[in-house]
Amino acid sequence: MISRREFIQASLAASTILGASGLSRWSRAMAQQALTQDQLLQFDDFGNVTLIHITDIHAQAKPIYFREPEINLGVGEAKGVPPHVVGADFLKMFNIQPGTPEAYALTYENFTDLAKAYGKMGGMDRVATVVKAIRAARPEALLLDGGDTWHGSMTSLMTKGQDMVNIMNALGTDAMTSHWEWTFGQDRVKEIVESLPFPFLGANIFDAEWDEPAFEPYKIFERGGVRIAVIGQAFPYMPIANPKWMFPDFSFGIREERMQQVVDEVRAEGVDLVVCLSHNGFDVDRKMVSRVKGIDVILTGHTHDAVPEPVLVGDTILIASGSNGKFVSRVDLDVRDGRMMGFRHKLIPIFSDVITPDADMAALIDAERAPFKADLEEVVGQTESLLYRRGNFNGTWDDLICEAILSERDAEIAMSPGVRWGTTLLPGDAITREDIHNATSMTYGACYRTEMSGEMIHTIMEDVADNIFNADPYYQQGGDMVRIGGMGYHIDVSKPIGQRVTNMTLLKDGSAIDPARNYVVAGWASVNEGTEGPQIWDVIESHVRKIGTVKLEPNTSVVVTGA
Amino acid sequence: MKFSRRGALGLALGGVAASMLPMRAMAAGAEEAIAAFTGGAAVGTEGLTLTAPEIAENGNTVPVAVNAPGAVAIAIFAAGNPTPGVATFTFGPAAGSQSASTRIRLSQTQDVVAVAKMADGSFVQASANVKVTIGGCGG
Repeated sequence: MISRREFIQASLAASTILGASGLSRWSRAMAQQALTQDQLLQFDDFGNVTLIHITDIHAQAKPIYFREPEINLGVGEAKGVPPHVVGADFLKMFNIQPGTPEAYALTYENFTDLAKAYGKMGGMDRVATVVKAIRAARPEALLLDGGDTWHGSMTSLMTKGQDMVNIMNALGTDAMTSHWEWTFGQDRVKEIVESLPFPFLGANIFDAEWDEPAFEPYKIFERGGVRIAVIGQAFPYMPIANPKWMFPDFSFGIREERMQQVVDEVRAEGVDLVVCLSHNGFDVDRKMVSRVKGIDVILTGHTHDAVPEPVLVGDTILIASGSNGKFVSRVDLDVRDGRMMGFRHKLIPIFSDVITPDADMAALIDAERAPFKADLEEVVGQTESLLYRRGNFNGTWDDLICEAILSERDAEIAMSPGVRWGTTLLPGDAITREDIHNATSMTYGACYRTEMSGEMIHTIMEDVADNIFNADPYYQQGGDMVRIGGMGYHIDVSKPIGQRVTNMTLLKDGSAIDPARNYVVAGWASVNEGTEGPQIWDVIESHVRKIGTVKLEPNTSVVVTGA
Repeated sequence: MKFSRRGALGLALGGVAASMLPMRAMAAGAEEAIAAFTGGAAVGTEGLTLTAPEIAENGNTVPVAVNAPGAVAIAIFAAGNPTPGVATFTFGPAAGSQSASTRIRLSQTQDVVAVAKMADGSFVQASANVKVTIGGCGG
């Protein structure tokens, strides 16, 4: 008897013969430099269910540049496998030619030249065009938002997420899950959720006092005669990675046994398809679906990975749809007799110069921005350097931010959080206030200044490193390494906690960090309540205005081994 | 030691008696404490479920739950605490289920160990590593 997994793979092979691999078609089009909207959207309808996945938009309503990581190390079983493959290795793995639009969209090499050739990506008005086109072909398609939607821009901060709520409502979202949404505070989350025309799902969101489920865990949709359960999984480490005091009544966690229980519950209800809309992060999801049985499709989020083909784990397919509105995934499924028999997938790149903006959505976005337009567009300075963040260690945006902190706050050492959001600016670009917010916007952006012992700094470095490089994905929180200014260090990512970070050196005089000495440390995004200091975007703006033009030297202060 | 209401209710409904006092013998270390509970008997691994978070949201109050169908007693140990013994739950014949939940304080990253004594006098064990972290920097 053919196993279910073999059946899916056999079906996948058949799909490939039909030319259904989204990527191969995409490649041919790109090779001819003939990018058209029709080619980007081309998809041979398959099966009877269509899922549309978008995640980690980080409130980027307008097209942006976003440079994919140059360093994205996997540890343990994740070493060297997607999404921990970058640059030339990524191109080779997915058979992509260097210099093509898809190489530009998915990797970092030669980013500046390719960005100038192929333009910005994303924009929710372009996303709306894509969603409408998919719905024209498949009216019953489900649009699922993986969260980190309401946060990440100046307009979302000013409107407490309302601009993105209005945009996602207009887009026709069917369900969402959450992470940074919670940094607007639990009262604001509850207020928005009450207004949403779709469910805000989180099987792992519990009442902190009673340790009981606090939000809708799943929703069952009937589409095309198929009963589809969509289970939400919010970011598991909310109260650890973000300020717990902003949502004191709620507890999160991976809660693997709870996920199994919910899957069993919807299976017992007789659904035909189980979809998990997750903000766990890719490696956590890969482990979770290897242990929780009965999930057909997991739509992953949080770690901002754009993977052009589904990753198969047992009978489950993992879909990773990138971030910042750069991509929309379309997943067509053949569901019969209560089983997923096959799938066809395409990671659709949103080339903003190719896809026509949807007029209604464009008007809505402009209306949301109108009250803040002058503030958003005010030019603060220029950059001669490529400014990007994403990557396991210091990117140029954080080099600039740390430089600003050291200078403006008169500190010896600067710390900038290793978040994965933050858009990219090209050499020659003006830096607007909005651009600075795209790298820093948050509800706890105070730039503190304090003293820490060398020992304390080491403890923090080790703690953060273990959140990224712990070999067990369930202990990974999904950020990148804290960025450091004024201090260099070596890191062996293969070592256990307490032994990874060595050779900590104060850069201004080359002295070794003394565990017993106190250092003046300034940083931002503290999770502690009552943190004081100017907002980080004001610190950066002040610095950039003084220097006029940003020119960064290559940063060689972090030496990485063990990868 | 503070009971969650839910844990307390669960225990009451199950007809369970809980002894929350740390046993003095356990102060000498987790292994000794476990040996004191098992009397040094061999310990199996099947039949006991220990549920604990991978990373504590608050090290001062970490929810843990144990479930061992057929057990007559389940003991919980925090291997890295100065006093490893946390609680021993005993289940009478009228108990509807052999499960319990409580919250414990963990001073640092450590293994939480649960040991169940089964009706036939055998023992089973389960453990979970719970990380107590500084936090921050989530992407």
